[in-house]
Amino acid sequence: MRYPQSNSKIDWWIIILYFALVGFGWLNIYSASMSTTQNIWDLNQIYSKQLVWILLSVVLIVFILAVEAKFYERFSSLIYLFALAALVGLYVFGQTVNGATSWYAFGGFSIQPSEFAKTATALALGKFVGDIQTNIRSWQDQWKSLLIMLLPALLIIPQPDPGSALVYAAFILPLYREGLNYLFLTFAAALGLLFIGTLLFEVQGIVLLLVVFLGLYLWQQKRKRKRIKWGQSLIILALAIGFAYSVNYVFYSVFEQRHRDRINLVLGKTVDSNSIGYNTHQSEIAIGSGRWWGKGWLQGTQTKGNFVPEQHTDYIFSTVGEEWGFMGALFLISLFIALILRVLYRAEKQKSIFGRVYGYSVASIIFIHFMVNIGMVIGLLPTVGIPLPFISYGGSGLWGFTILLFIFVKLDSANYINIS
Amino acid sequence: MRKSLLFFLVLIVGLTYVGRLFYLQIYDTTYAQLSDNNAIRTVFDYPQRGYIFDRNGQLLLANQPSYDVMVVPRNMKPLDTLEFCALLNLTKEDFISAIERAKRYSPNLPSVVAAQLTKSEFAGLSEKMYKYRGFYIQKRSLRDYQVNHSANVLGYVSQVNDYTIKMNPDYQMGELIGAAGVEKQYEEVLRGQKGIKYIQKDNFNRDIGPYKDGAFDTPAIRGTDITLTIDAKLQEYGESLMVNKRGGIVALDPKNGEILALVAAPNYDPALLVGRQRSKNFTKLYYDTIAKPLFDRVLQGEYPPGSPFKTLTALIALQEQVITPNDYVSCYGGYNYGGVKPLGCHDHQTPLALIGGIAHSCNSYFANAYRKTIDKYPTPQEGIERWRQHLRSFGLGDYLGYDLPAGNKGLIPDAEFYNRFYQYPKYKWYSPATISNAIGQGEVLLTPIQMVHFTSVIANRGYYYTPHIIKNIGGRDSIPEGFTTRQNTTIDPKYFDPVIEGMADVYVYGTASKPYIGIPGIEICGKTGTAENYIKVNGKRMQLTDHSVFISFAPKDNPKIALAVFVENGYWGSRWAGRIAGLMTEKYLRDSISRKDMEQYVLKGSLMSEYEKPYSGKPFKINQ
Repeated sequence: MRYPQSNSKIDWWIIILYFALVGFGWLNIYSASMSTTQNIWDLNQIYSKQLVWILLSVVLIVFILAVEAKFYERFSSLIYLFALAALVGLYVFGQTVNGATSWYAFGGFSIQPSEFAKTATALALGKFVGDIQTNIRSWQDQWKSLLIMLLPALLIIPQPDPGSALVYAAFILPLYREGLNYLFLTFAAALGLLFIGTLLFEVQGIVLLLVVFLGLYLWQQKRKRKRIKWGQSLIILALAIGFAYSVNYVFYSVFEQRHRDRINLVLGKTVDSNSIGYNTHQSEIAIGSGRWWGKGWLQGTQTKGNFVPEQHTDYIFSTVGEEWGFMGALFLISLFIALILRVLYRAEKQKSIFGRVYGYSVASIIFIHFMVNIGMVIGLLPTVGIPLPFISYGGSGLWGFTILLFIFVKLDSANYINIS
Repeated sequence: MRKSLLFFLVLIVGLTYVGRLFYLQIYDTTYAQLSDNNAIRTVFDYPQRGYIFDRNGQLLLANQPSYDVMVVPRNMKPLDTLEFCALLNLTKEDFISAIERAKRYSPNLPSVVAAQLTKSEFAGLSEKMYKYRGFYIQKRSLRDYQVNHSANVLGYVSQVNDYTIKMNPDYQMGELIGAAGVEKQYEEVLRGQKGIKYIQKDNFNRDIGPYKDGAFDTPAIRGTDITLTIDAKLQEYGESLMVNKRGGIVALDPKNGEILALVAAPNYDPALLVGRQRSKNFTKLYYDTIAKPLFDRVLQGEYPPGSPFKTLTALIALQEQVITPNDYVSCYGGYNYGGVKPLGCHDHQTPLALIGGIAHSCNSYFANAYRKTIDKYPTPQEGIERWRQHLRSFGLGDYLGYDLPAGNKGLIPDAEFYNRFYQYPKYKWYSPATISNAIGQGEVLLTPIQMVHFTSVIANRGYYYTPHIIKNIGGRDSIPEGFTTRQNTTIDPKYFDPVIEGMADVYVYGTASKPYIGIPGIEICGKTGTAENYIKVNGKRMQLTDHSVFISFAPKDNPKIALAVFVENGYWGSRWAGRIAGLMTEKYLRDSISRKDMEQYVLKGSLMSEYEKPYSGKPFKINQ
């Protein structure tokens, strides 16, 4: 029996990357929210609040690492139920900020439970998939795991906070890794393509395309002298056409104008430059003006001119682009990729399925936040209001990601002991 | 494949984003130029504020162009200060202090150097602007009042202060914001949305046109027009009647709570607060602490309501079933309640029932009704609370919830108020201690708009709509829901009829039965008030001539207008306020005045000598 030294169990790469991200993030929040009076300890200032959140995160980390690793697995179902209850409770006790009832207010500060529900869902999913009686390759268990993943999302959508709910799509990746039928991924991808296709080519266009595709397919089958599955083909065609029509309905009757605008903007349908694309446009100008090396910290003219709205929260990456330039942006993207891949690497090393699914979930969640947020800021994806992990201003967000990540660090450190 | 999917996704997304960043930051230089102050100038494109119309579509408030000279201190280069000052019509000291202030505010953001140049000043300046680096001309739109009345209704705009800039990122230094009246209340509707323009400069700092033909510009969106419920003709007429008097007139349409006129006197020409003379004029108005033209007496002035309040005393007593309309009460020149001095009354026939009591405004009658109401309950505390509860259902004793950014709650005292006042439970107090409330003279305070509000409740026989001044926004019927919901009071509709009969008889044989007060051919209901009041001058409390108060509505059976008129120190309710109420009613219902001599009497009448009395330093007589 060989017990390694206690500190050697912890993956220092993750810790270093975490603090690099948080520290770099704070520098940018400071720049984006700086006013003429500068006093780091004036708690009315956004940057000083964030500094307090960061310092408290360190306390949180010590606490998370002090708890025994088994605790997280054993109590995962309870934590998950608690998170669901917290989300349900919002409909009764929630506080509305910017039109979304996503917050609990406790005196001076507020908490956004959806930021913590991600961790709970990851734990519950790990527990379920890791259970000896679960066979993820069976249809029944696949549906159950999808239910675990979708329940919190369904509670979050009507807040309304579709952006935070979208993040739950990340869990399809760990499930796929564990053996979820590829049909689910294919189906999701097909829905996405049909959605965009319908909006780009109108319903009639997409119907025509589908019919042509089906015709080609049938012709191909016939040429190869294979048996033609008429029934199946027609059902799929009918479903696809039905979906296209419902996309039309949802888009024009359920979505609000702002949602339509955001999607149209990215699809290039509206020739923009008026108020609709204002955020995206200003953030592109800020980033674009950074050039190779940026204008220097605190020197960003667009940042200082308050041209980009929400710059300290969802649009923080535009400050990075302007003040630190292409090299700074590259640095930040590299940090993210390094962190995600490192977590992924450690996840594969986990002995238990629970640990692996959890680690995979962590990597996937960080990845989807990274992809959606930066994609939005650089004008590649529609405007979806979700924060950039570890960087954006916000206590709930920072704590949520810290807990998410450091539970994995703890599980990972316990993993070594099991090996010995 | 299953293990590597996420790995490849991460790499693909990462590479795509780096590629996009390379395109944005390195390859495509237009973005860099847009932010480069040397080649491109960024100016805000300020939208025109929305127009304001009256209920008949008359334009009250429009816009005129104006030009500000702005500076971005960081971009400044050494300049010929003297020549520039001459162009701007500024002294060198003013110019230097403006630059210092701009630097303190921010070296990167634009600040105003000279505000609101006229068109001719602008013409001379614009062709020389290229010489002065870091300076530019910002076109704004300035308010252009189309009428010389309604200053208290329309309000004004002023430059945003530092606090607002800090709290609200929508505003920057030098921008205008609604600071009073409708301009403040409907700021977000009226202001529109500012746009951004990129202007290409050549190497001599001269503008050579929009950058890339305006492809990157964000156009400004004009503010939304609004229509008010105000009747401009009636408002103007009301203001002319109040010349040389202090106080106010409020007219409501009882059917829907629309404010028809909101006259505060003294008033001022709203155009005084526009343009370069603005700060000088504002200071003058602001420091007039005696006439207080900026103080909106109809919304903010808290006065003892006087006798009109008796109608409420009667309604509450009826609802509490402590009196009936047919009970007679005798009056021996006052109401003796065991105090040292009885509550006095004037000379009238006796005994009187409810209708006669209102018509003759008998103090004894209402003191009796009030005491019975309070004494119905085991303790005076409970009685007062019950009384207050009824008044609160009229919306009195709190902000009414109308859509103007000024007001006061008035005062409807509660049990706690008297407990504190009389040091309960060390000393006990009973209903006589609060008896003056019965006739609107005690601790009760109401603002004139609250008085017209309860008048319209009476006119409607028990319900109301919250008073409001917005008729529609942007031509659509989209006024806030709170203004279109009918609200009921705790008084049963059947109790209003005898009170209304009494108010009609005020004109027949009561306190306003002089032939010149009523309107021939229109059945009008009213109630006079003569309210005692006191003032402190240099720490000395002195009584002044009574306020002349009047409430009315007409026609009796299908009320179209309710009025409250308040004339400070006008003495008898019928003398000034009653006459004015009659003229306003006739003007609104008929658009012409039948009794020209009476109209002339009011138009020419002045109370200025009355107002000067307490400040003359000499002893003076009141109630003459």
